[in-house]
Amino acid sequence: MLFAISKRLLMLVPVLIGITMISFLLLQIMPGDPASRAMGTRASPEELQAMRELWGLGKPLWVQYLYFLRDCLTGSFGVSIFHKQPIIDLVAERLPFTLAIVGYSTVIALLIALPFAILAAANRGRMLDNVVRQIFVVVVAMPPFWLCYVLILWLALRMGWFATGGVGDGFLANIGRLFLPSLVVGLSTAALIQQSLRAALIDTMKADYIDTARAKGLRGHEVFLRHILPNSLISTISIIGVRVSWIIGGTVVVEKIFSVPGLGSLLIDAIVSRDLPVIRGLTVFFAIMVVIVNLITDICYALADPRVRLE
Amino acid sequence: MSLLSVRDLVTEFQSPSGTARAVDGVSFDVNPGEIFGIVGESGCGKSATCRSILRLFGGASAQVASGQIMLKETGDLARMHERELAQVRGRDVAFIFQDPLSALNPTMRIGKQIGEVIRRHRKASRAEAREAALQLLRDVHVTSPERRLDAYPHELSGGLRQRVVIAMALALRPRLIIADEPTTALDVTVQDQILRLLKERRDSLGTSIILVTHDLGVVSQICDRMAVMYAGRVVETGAVRDVLDAPSHPYTQALLAALPGQVSRDSQLIPIKGAPPSLIDPPAGCRFAPRCALAQPQCAIGAAPGLHSRPAAAEGHFDACILNEVSHAAA
Repeated sequence: MLFAISKRLLMLVPVLIGITMISFLLLQIMPGDPASRAMGTRASPEELQAMRELWGLGKPLWVQYLYFLRDCLTGSFGVSIFHKQPIIDLVAERLPFTLAIVGYSTVIALLIALPFAILAAANRGRMLDNVVRQIFVVVVAMPPFWLCYVLILWLALRMGWFATGGVGDGFLANIGRLFLPSLVVGLSTAALIQQSLRAALIDTMKADYIDTARAKGLRGHEVFLRHILPNSLISTISIIGVRVSWIIGGTVVVEKIFSVPGLGSLLIDAIVSRDLPVIRGLTVFFAIMVVIVNLITDICYALADPRVRLE
Repeated sequence: MSLLSVRDLVTEFQSPSGTARAVDGVSFDVNPGEIFGIVGESGCGKSATCRSILRLFGGASAQVASGQIMLKETGDLARMHERELAQVRGRDVAFIFQDPLSALNPTMRIGKQIGEVIRRHRKASRAEAREAALQLLRDVHVTSPERRLDAYPHELSGGLRQRVVIAMALALRPRLIIADEPTTALDVTVQDQILRLLKERRDSLGTSIILVTHDLGVVSQICDRMAVMYAGRVVETGAVRDVLDAPSHPYTQALLAALPGQVSRDSQLIPIKGAPPSLIDPPAGCRFAPRCALAQPQCAIGAAPGLHSRPAAAEGHFDACILNEVSHAAA
C-alpha cells in the first residue's frame, strides 16, 4: 500500500512539469499588460518600465519559466503583483474556506441524496421513483447563480435565518455563514449521487449474495444495512472524488455571490487584474489538488473494496 | 412421515411479456436423511421450485401463487409471514447457490460471513461466532482454516468458495439443505469433492438434501430419490434406481438416450428435437407432446396430466404420461 502510494506520488513529477509548462505558455498568449494593471492608468512609462523590470517581464521566455519553476519548487508559487505577497500565503488564507465548502457541501449532498436514493430504489419503476427523479432533474437544471439569489432573498432576507454572505470568525460562526453557499454546491452533488446510488442499489439488490444473506435468515433491515448499502456506496466514492476536484477551483460564482474569500474568487480577481503570477500559481496548485484528490479517491476505493488493488 | 411435503406448488414470475408459471402444480416429498434430486433442462422450473421453498427470488418479481410447502414441526412455509420465514431460513432450511463467487459478499471477510448466520439465530459473541466459523471450515475440510477466516471471497479458489458456502449452510445444522446446482460452476474434479462432502455431511448429521442438477450422472451418484421436471411440472418421480433403470415417461427416456457415457461407444446419442414450450402460454395437454416421438392425438388435449402409478411399477414410482394412464385403465 505505502509502496503504491509513493509510486503514485513519483508519477506526479512529470505531470506537474507538463502542467507548469502549459500554464506558463497559455498565459503568455493572454492579452493585457500586467504592469499597467498593477500600477493603474496614471503611471508614467518610466514607472511601468521599472515595474516590468522588477517582475522580470522583459526577460526571455525560458528565463521567466525557470524563475516560475524555482518559485514552484520553493513552495511560494511566485509573488502576486497585486497583493505583493507570496501566492502560497494567499492560498493558505483562502484554502480553509474552500475546503470548508468542499466538506460541508459533500455532507449536505449525502444527507439529501441517501434517503432519496433509497426511497427511489425501493420503489423503482413506481410513481415515487419518477417524482424523485423529476425533482432532481429540476435541481440540476437550476442555474447556481439564480439559486443563490433565490436562497438569499428567501432564507436570508425574508426569513432572516442566515446571513446574506461573508464569513465569520471561528468554526461555529461559519457553520451558519457557509450553509447557503454549501447548500447550492451540495444540491448538484446530491443530484449526481442520488442518480448513481439509486442505480447501484438496484443492481446490488439483484446480486446473488443478497439472496445468500436472506437465506441466512437476516431480516430486511439487516440485509440492507450490512450488505446492500455498503456495497452500493462504493460507486459513490468516485463521484465524490470528481466533485471535490471540481469544487476546489470551480465554485467561483457561488463564492462571489456569497462573498466567500475562497480560491475561486481569488482566481477570478487575479484574472480581472491580470495578476499573471497568481493565475499561473493557482493553476499549478489546482492541478496538484486534482492529482492528490484522485489519489485519495483511489485509496478510499481500495480500502472499501478488497478486490481493487492500488496500482 | 416426510420432512418436507410440497403440494400443488404454483410459482409465477412477472415479466414484461406476461406472467410465466415457472412452477405449475409441483408436488413431491423429501424424507428425513434423504438426498432428493430434481433434474431437468434449463428453464424447466427446478431452480424456481427450490427458490419458492424459502421465497428467495433474487431481483425477480415472483411469488408463490398457490400450493403448500409443509415443513415437519414448523408448518406451511407458503403461508408464512416474511418475518416468520426469516426465522426458518438458515436455521431449519439452508440454501446453497450455484455460483459460489457471486453468492458471497465480495467486500466481507469469510469469517464474518459465516459468523453472521450463527449470530442471527444464536446468542454468540463475535469471538464465539469466529470460533464456530473456524470449526465449520475444518468440518468442510478447508485447508489452513485460520488463514481463510480473514480472506475475502476473491482470494479463494472456486472449490474453496463452495466449501465456505456449504460451511455457512451447515452452520446451524439445518434439517434440510437446498442445493441449487452446487457443482455447475466448478471444475469436474472439484465437483466430485463437493458432492462427496455433501453426502458425508448427510451421513454424519442426517440432514436431508434437495439437490437440483441437470446432470443425471450426479443424481445416480448420490441421490436416493428423484423427480424429473419438464416445463414447470414433475413428469416422473421415484427411487433413483427405478427411474433411471426403468424410465416410464417418454421425456425421461429421451433424456437418458441423449446422455453420453452410459451408452456404448458405437451407439449414437439421440438429441431431443425442438425446444421447451413457453411458460407464459403453455400448450394444452402434455407439455412434452410437441417434442415426443410417441405422441398421440389425445396427448395434446385437456389439462396437463398428473402423476400416477403405472402397472408393475416399483413402489413410489410415478409418471405423468397419458399413454401409460390409458394402458393402465385398459388393464
